[in-house]
Amino acid sequence: MIVQNAPIIELRGVHKAFGPKQVLRGVDLTVAPGKSLVIIGGSGTGKSVTIKCALGLLAPDKGEILFDGEPAKSAKAINALRRRTGMLFQGGALFDSMTVWENVSFVLLYRDHVGRAEAKKRAIETLAKVRLPASAADLRPAELSGGMQKRVALARAIIASPELIFFDEPTTGLDPITADAVNNLIVEQVKALGAAAITITHDMASVRKIADEVAMLHEGRIIWRGPVSALDNSGNAHIDQFVNGRAEGPIQPAI
Amino acid sequence: MTTLPATSPTRDRDFVLLRPFRLIGRTVIGGFREIGRISSFSARVLLACVTPVIYLREVLRQCLKIGYYSLPVVGLTAVFIGAALALNIYQGGSRFNAEQFVPNIVVLGITRELGPVLAGLMLAGRVSAGIAAEVGAMRVTEQIDALLTLSGRPERFLYAPRVIAGVLMLPLLVLVADIIGVMGGWLVAVGALDFNGALYLRNSWSFVTSGDIQSGLIKAAVFGGIITLMGCYQGDRSKGGAGGVGRAATLAVVGAAVLILASNYVLTSIFVRIGL
Ligand SMILES: Nc1ncnc2c1ncn2[C@@H]1O[C@H](COP(=O)(O)OP(=O)(O)OP(=O)(O)O)[C@@H](O)[C@H]1O
Ligand SMILES: [Mg+2]
Repeated sequence: MIVQNAPIIELRGVHKAFGPKQVLRGVDLTVAPGKSLVIIGGSGTGKSVTIKCALGLLAPDKGEILFDGEPAKSAKAINALRRRTGMLFQGGALFDSMTVWENVSFVLLYRDHVGRAEAKKRAIETLAKVRLPASAADLRPAELSGGMQKRVALARAIIASPELIFFDEPTTGLDPITADAVNNLIVEQVKALGAAAITITHDMASVRKIADEVAMLHEGRIIWRGPVSALDNSGNAHIDQFVNGRAEGPIQPAI
Repeated sequence: MTTLPATSPTRDRDFVLLRPFRLIGRTVIGGFREIGRISSFSARVLLACVTPVIYLREVLRQCLKIGYYSLPVVGLTAVFIGAALALNIYQGGSRFNAEQFVPNIVVLGITRELGPVLAGLMLAGRVSAGIAAEVGAMRVTEQIDALLTLSGRPERFLYAPRVIAGVLMLPLLVLVADIIGVMGGWLVAVGALDFNGALYLRNSWSFVTSGDIQSGLIKAAVFGGIITLMGCYQGDRSKGGAGGVGRAATLAVVGAAVLILASNYVLTSIFVRIGL
């Protein structure tokens, strides 16, 4: 019997340290299918580390990841998880030895063994979804602006219709107008796919646009979680400080 | 409960006395750990080289990069070494009236030893450093993580094509180096040492055995594997931005050069024993 809102992904007590540095101290997180969760938190609190653990790119020291109810621990389970998820990296992480269309259709070419002509056609269709012209297809990533790179990375993340997409700071480094356009694209494409999304961002405008729910990571744990509508009257000093962008408060600035 | 305070005199003295042993221990253990890591990395990559999923397009691209674009470096190295070798052997041989053996010894030295070793060392600089920097940049810009999330395996997609290309291309480059090296010797012999050009070539050709050439080519294939594996290994391990990438390139060159020289000795002694 299928439970209606069984989470697509669940992190249970995830711990991660680098040498003496304890970054995650027991992160608990669940996301229901089709829902959009935004993780906020100060620089260097381990937001990127959290989603790298979720994707099996880093092995947690303790705790577990459940994908669709199954523990994602063995190589096989992690591969299954990756087949059904997409990821937009903080820096784009486009393959700079390949053209834009080869980047976008990477999984088609090298995982699903689709022919090159068909793969290119589908890459161009997906580029159109993120408002990039077909003429961009044959460029190299290095020839694109930062905003265009983000769009290509977004196209690469959605081409195989994932059920869960991770976005690591999709709008950082973009001007407010381009950032808003990227936010719109994310909302639009996630809706179109019916996918769940976990987004990391510092940008409160993005949070309000993208999130169904918001979780705050602080000192290695999720210290608050609630619907985006509760953000302004959360009664939580950490959230208030973050939402209003003040240096004074319980969170120490990372300088 | 009584515990020894951290700064107690006995503890300090122990520490100072133990310090050299600790250093030696740490270095030795670190060395073994590194050897273990290189071995398991190499095993994984070599396994990927023989699995049926081989990205032919990548292999061809790497063959072009490693093989074709290395021709100038290898050719220049070979011509000068052949020329210098001819001069040295003429000079040395004249001490016991053996000047006429210049062609024989040049061809022997080039095919068995100098061709593969010098081409290997030059390519340790060119290819190993290049691979380490490229893979290292992919590591620090999260392209390798991205590859993993896209169900790509770095050892299949990135490393195996490079290693296959290295193992295939180095013997070809060394064959070219053999020919150009002999020609370098010929140029000096004919131009400066009054040898007869046709006779020189005939002497070289009739003296050299297929064993000489084969042993050099086997060495070259092994060196090709070493050069590409070290580049991939150091690149894969690199972290910490541009500085980390630079360090990876340096470590790859040094590691590859040392391994080439060491394995050259081992291979030579094996060839001598089996009479190749
Ligand atoms: N591979 C790694 N090796 C060692 N330390 C790491 C590694 N990855 C992350 N860290 C450390 O873990 C901490 C958290 O890093 P992380 O990238 O998750 O921060 P973040 O919350 O994403 O910050 P930002 O918002 O600035 O991107 C940092 O202090 C970082 O130095
Ligand atoms: Mg981050």
